[in-house]
Amino acid sequence: MLRLEKRPSPSGFWQATTPILAVALTMIAGGLMFAALGKNPFEAIRTIFWDPLFHEQFASYSRPQLLVKAGPLILIAIGLSLGFRAGIWNIGAEGQYIMGALAGAGVGLAFYPAQHWYIFPLMVIAGALGGWAWAMIPAILRTKFNTNEILVSLLLVYVAQNMLASMSIGMMRNPEGGGFPGSRNLSQYPSAANPELIAGTGMHWGVIAAFMAVIAAYILLQRHILGFQIKLAGQAPRAARFAGVNPTALVVMCMGISGALAGLAGMFEVSGPAGQISIDFNVGYGFTAIIVAFLGRLNPIGILLAGLLMALTYIGGELAQFMLGLPAAAIQAFQGMLLFFLLAVDLLTNYRVRIGTRKEAI
Amino acid sequence: MTDLLRVEGVTKAYPGVVANSDVSFAISPGEIHALLGENGAGKSTLVKMIYGLVRPDTGRMLLNGAPYHPAEPRAARAAGVAMVFQHFSLFEALNVAENVALGMENPPPMKELASQIRKVSEEYGLPLDPARMVGDLSAGERQRVEIIRCLLQDPKLLIMDEPTSVLTPQEVEILFKTLRQLSSEGTAILYISHKLEEIRALCDEATILRRGRVVATCTPRERTAREMAELMVGAVLTPPARVGAAKGAIALEVRGLSVPSPIPFGTSLKDVSFAVRRGEVLGIAGVAGNGQDELLLALSGEVRAAQDAVQIDGKGCGDLGPNERRRLGLVSAPEERLGHAAAPDMSLVENALLSGAIRKGLTRNGFIDWGATEAFAATIIKEFDVRTPGTHVAARALSGGNLQKFVVGRELSQTPSVIVINQPTWGVDAAAAAAIRQAILDRTAGGAAVVVISQDLDELLEIADNFAALNEGRLTPPRPVAGLTIDEIGLMMGGAHGMEVAHHGS
Repeated sequence: MLRLEKRPSPSGFWQATTPILAVALTMIAGGLMFAALGKNPFEAIRTIFWDPLFHEQFASYSRPQLLVKAGPLILIAIGLSLGFRAGIWNIGAEGQYIMGALAGAGVGLAFYPAQHWYIFPLMVIAGALGGWAWAMIPAILRTKFNTNEILVSLLLVYVAQNMLASMSIGMMRNPEGGGFPGSRNLSQYPSAANPELIAGTGMHWGVIAAFMAVIAAYILLQRHILGFQIKLAGQAPRAARFAGVNPTALVVMCMGISGALAGLAGMFEVSGPAGQISIDFNVGYGFTAIIVAFLGRLNPIGILLAGLLMALTYIGGELAQFMLGLPAAAIQAFQGMLLFFLLAVDLLTNYRVRIGTRKEAI
Repeated sequence: MTDLLRVEGVTKAYPGVVANSDVSFAISPGEIHALLGENGAGKSTLVKMIYGLVRPDTGRMLLNGAPYHPAEPRAARAAGVAMVFQHFSLFEALNVAENVALGMENPPPMKELASQIRKVSEEYGLPLDPARMVGDLSAGERQRVEIIRCLLQDPKLLIMDEPTSVLTPQEVEILFKTLRQLSSEGTAILYISHKLEEIRALCDEATILRRGRVVATCTPRERTAREMAELMVGAVLTPPARVGAAKGAIALEVRGLSVPSPIPFGTSLKDVSFAVRRGEVLGIAGVAGNGQDELLLALSGEVRAAQDAVQIDGKGCGDLGPNERRRLGLVSAPEERLGHAAAPDMSLVENALLSGAIRKGLTRNGFIDWGATEAFAATIIKEFDVRTPGTHVAARALSGGNLQKFVVGRELSQTPSVIVINQPTWGVDAAAAAAIRQAILDRTAGGAAVVVISQDLDELLEIADNFAALNEGRLTPPRPVAGLTIDEIGLMMGGAHGMEVAHHGS
């Protein structure tokens, strides 16, 4: 009989190995699923993981997409990971992402067609503030009335989606757009555009912000007392109070940071890759970032790698849909497997497997 | 064969530690037998084997002459063995009768059970209302629920694990009367304790364990407490030395402190007042759950009160948080080590930072100086003899006693002017306890004002200058320890909670 035994200290070996093991298991289980769908599993796996980067025909298009997709995922996931470590569950990054985009685009559109150097920086600030303000609603409701931030932040996503729809057919609609929903294209308005900085790489300001967030979060968690307090609050809330951590301030800070980063991601997206506010502007980055945060085990470096991996499965998944005719649902199931296996093998870090009969309950 | 229970050559090993090695002893019917030993001597493992919670590796047990190897507590109960644990397993939101029913195999209808509880409680002088909510009961009353639950099974052998740690001296007397009555009716009692005077007063025979082995058996009435203590520890004990320090100015003053308890079923503090001078130790006694945790929280700053309710060196700080009070010179050590005083999954270095950051200057502009923090952790480990493979071990990997030394050491190493400690030597072996008490007295001699909250009266009488007791959230006026009698102390602790009528007939 197999049984699990708690380790006295977490295993460093498994901490490093479980993500690789999880990816390998996902490939095996995913391959079986693709085979059951009547596709060649090896070809499918190669299409998802290899072709986006190295296929001679498609790689020139899909390689820059890697950073374009990974940027917002990493930026949002870094913010979420701080809260998750402290036991503060902001599930509504998608809504904060939308509000950041609306605020940033709103500032840009308000200046149209003036050309000033300061328009884009103002949009950056507005985007961060938009996401921050949206995250403050669940934060304040939790600290004042002890509401559950999971529910409030999640439900606010649907409010934000309706705001987005209303804006794209109402206040922000392009007056020269012939009545079609959607705003002016910000990427064609130089003062407000977030262009590709190095041609062919997909690198834009949002990607740079994501890398900066990774570095800042790493320093915060490793070297700064605030990072220590975040970890402490998540692991041992009573010890955190003993250490002088103010739970209210911590909730406000963590929700604020995650909201601001999600808002920034939305703002960089709307002014760059997406270009405009439209009804279907959001594509679920805010939710996928939750997976990225956990896949990277809430560690900034891990999140960086997890964001790139997740972006790869997105691009590869699209490629597989279009090259092999795999259904979109199969790709989503494949991504789900990744999270499932990661969480499943994660317990090897804290527990060891013992083979043998149970001896006693003590 | 007159023995009720015989234990012969029982050995139990865990990975890395032999808990019991070749242990033998016997109890006859009606005998009150003491199992004596320090923390970690193997008492708990031994009784867990008798109660069917742990199975011995080798050796055998006989009950009434027949082989007895209970596979689980249910089998032990069926054979007539019952146990009252040190930590109660009661549901606070259920009433007494419901709690009793939950521990029974086939509980009778509630009404019948309630009348049975009343009958047994009157018979043995343990008054208890079956309809009361357990959350509203004192620790002594909760213990009665556990005892009555055992008595309803009509046991032949009753195991009691450290039963008096939650009782006032008066309640202890009542419990002893009940136990003597049971013994006279033929029930054998296996009584586990490290309190020697109690064992001398109550027990017929004693088996003394040290490091898992039986080192001696004796008849407690014929030995002095000191002789038994030295058998138990295996060394000659030196009581802590006091240097008569000059009493200085008042360093900590509490005036009319009233705060609601943040803990469910906790005890609110009501109008607590006291003052401690530099070079002075105030000992605060009380039965568990009478506001000790709340008092520590209110002094450490985890629970806020009115500004002038707590004053450090004359400066009102009742509305300040833990870190601001640390800056003013107050350090505190909560009772619960894992999860409150220390974060279980963090290393000792991180745990040194936890409360040491302010006074040891371990951060600069918020950035942590890990080098200095590690040096601080290493100093604590060295000075307080914490047994650990290194500073990077998780706190939960340390034994309770070692972690306690680390936590107390961390606070005492911060050159504090006010020290507040709840249960400084809980679960620590005698040598380490003596070291911790000595360290507290050294800081006192160095001019610190100290508040020690403890349920160990001997400890308080040993180190305190003044003595006060918490009873349902109220603090008695402090009195000098010199000249206090144990009866006066018992009355300060609230006497026997609602039990004066007990044992009228006996």
